Amino acid sequence: MIQLPKNFETYPEARKAGFLRMKELKDRGQRVVGMFCSFVPTELIYAADAIPIGLCAFTDEPIPAAEAHLPRNLCPLIKASYGFALTDTCPYFYFSDFIVGETTCDGKRKMFELLDEIKHTHVMQLPPSRTGALALESWKAEIIRFKEALEQFYQIEITDDKIREAIRRKNHERDVMLRFLELGKCKPAALSGYELGTRLDAAAFSFDLEARCAEVEARTAEILADWNANKKGTVSNRPRLLVTGCPNTGVRDKIIKAVEDMGADVVCFDACNGLRDKLRKVDENLPVMDALAQKYLDITCSVMSPNPQRLTDIGDMIDQYQADGVIEIILQACHTYNIESYEVKRYVTEQKGKAYLCIETDYSKADSGQIATRLGAFLEMLG
Amino acid sequence: MDYIGIDIGSTAAKIVVRGDHAQQMLLPTGWSSRETARLIEERLRDAGVPLGTANARTVATGYGRNAVAFADRQVTEITCHAHGSAQDSGGTCTVIDVGGQDTKVIRVEDGVVSDFLMNDKCAAGTGKFIEIMANRLNVTIEELFAFAQRGNVLPISALCTVFAESEVISYIGEGHPREDIAAGVVDSVAGKVATLCFRQRLLPQIVLTGGLCHSPYFAERLSEKLGAAVHPLENGHFAGAYGASLLAEKR
Repeated sequence: MIQLPKNFETYPEARKAGFLRMKELKDRGQRVVGMFCSFVPTELIYAADAIPIGLCAFTDEPIPAAEAHLPRNLCPLIKASYGFALTDTCPYFYFSDFIVGETTCDGKRKMFELLDEIKHTHVMQLPPSRTGALALESWKAEIIRFKEALEQFYQIEITDDKIREAIRRKNHERDVMLRFLELGKCKPAALSGYELGTRLDAAAFSFDLEARCAEVEARTAEILADWNANKKGTVSNRPRLLVTGCPNTGVRDKIIKAVEDMGADVVCFDACNGLRDKLRKVDENLPVMDALAQKYLDITCSVMSPNPQRLTDIGDMIDQYQADGVIEIILQACHTYNIESYEVKRYVTEQKGKAYLCIETDYSKADSGQIATRLGAFLEMLG
Repeated sequence: MDYIGIDIGSTAAKIVVRGDHAQQMLLPTGWSSRETARLIEERLRDAGVPLGTANARTVATGYGRNAVAFADRQVTEITCHAHGSAQDSGGTCTVIDVGGQDTKVIRVEDGVVSDFLMNDKCAAGTGKFIEIMANRLNVTIEELFAFAQRGNVLPISALCTVFAESEVISYIGEGHPREDIAAGVVDSVAGKVATLCFRQRLLPQIVLTGGLCHSPYFAERLSEKLGAAVHPLENGHFAGAYGASLLAEKR
């Protein structure tokens, strides 16, 4: 019997609606796999006739609950992920059949051990580097192990044909999302970076992949038409910014919205909820498991060492999106992005000759004032 | 014509007027920057500054900048400090501003900010740290520096101001001389400011502004840590307000 959480009646309306929507899906027998990260090959989840759902991880609401078990000096995304699970406040976690995690950092790796006590968590062991022949081999073995975990959990067989079909659908989705993000190339800006980000995040909760694509395609066409009719050929003196670094959903208001309210346009995202996972697609001509392994190992996350492709990609984005400056967002205690920020700053300022600002923050509002001052000074610096 | 720069910081409000009614003022920020702004407006009017007319232009800066309703515009303290500090250095220098609630390292090239860093959510490398420890040692900030100059550094290793205060309390309990504890306090702040500075490529000319620039001893300690000469800016407490008044003229 599919039940709602005990405290359901006390939840705010939006949360109640999320739970009811998920319950309805589950009542219809829909398979649901919860996940956190773009390294998870969602093609396999679709091939199992399940839907992959990104889990709640972006507000500080459940962090005090999480800190009962986790250290305070940990990434807010990890604490929030665990806190939502612990407090039954994420409908997607609550109704997931199981969770798939990945070892994209030490914090998550160890948190998943605890998460597994709340709900079964299959952890994909990501190699820490692309270097060496064994990296790709071991990652391919992990992808096969994940496929087998799905088969075993649902008592099904996932055929290559099903995977091939899922690859085709996901590649199409990547194309659609990429075209939407490429609206950022328009100069003057066609839409706010705030909308670029929120719309992509919202699209992920439109569970029918084809309907999701249709919605985003329609919006892309609408914005492009408006730009051609009203903005093309006009001149804007608003500086154009590229945002890079950690996932930015949880700090979108205090950084992206704030800087746009001050008079800049965020036009480009080198982020896992931005271009990072969409630049390279799954090769439809390779054997399916090789193709998936290759694609997902190529994601330019800072967990990979070394990670030179990220710098090259940032350089290309600066050129293609005509960015005047780069803002890097580091979530507190994210060591890999934090250390890599030194290389990013050096590359952006010395190789590309652009201004660079790094902001280390968490989900609290405590530093909003200080961040506003930095953003303001950064824009004054861009002139 | 008057060009007015108003810098409402976390501890003190600094005002610089250049022009017909040239003067500067310093007053405590108090609990409300709105109230402080009102008081400043009153004082300026009393002094004959023609606020609100074509003969006065005002730029407000500092964390309370948005509270100054009568300002023509607001500019961040980073830009204002850069403008107010770099003139003597021909427009190119590193500005270290140790303020009441934050510390900034600003790289200025040809009169324009090219990079800046601020301390993150922590009072340890700021004037606030000195203030808290001075209170604990029952001396004024000036006295603390005087004591420090005569003492031998007792290391304060805590990274957090509150824990560092506990460390100081332990030293007091153990009967260490006030001079040595004071020297430890100043050394700790200088060390943390230096660490922030090292995150940026420093320019040959380094200028110190903000509340701590009155202490030659602090500048000395900081120079030692950086291995480069740090020049306290004359009237550096007013650098932000002065920069704001320069920017008021620019537009």
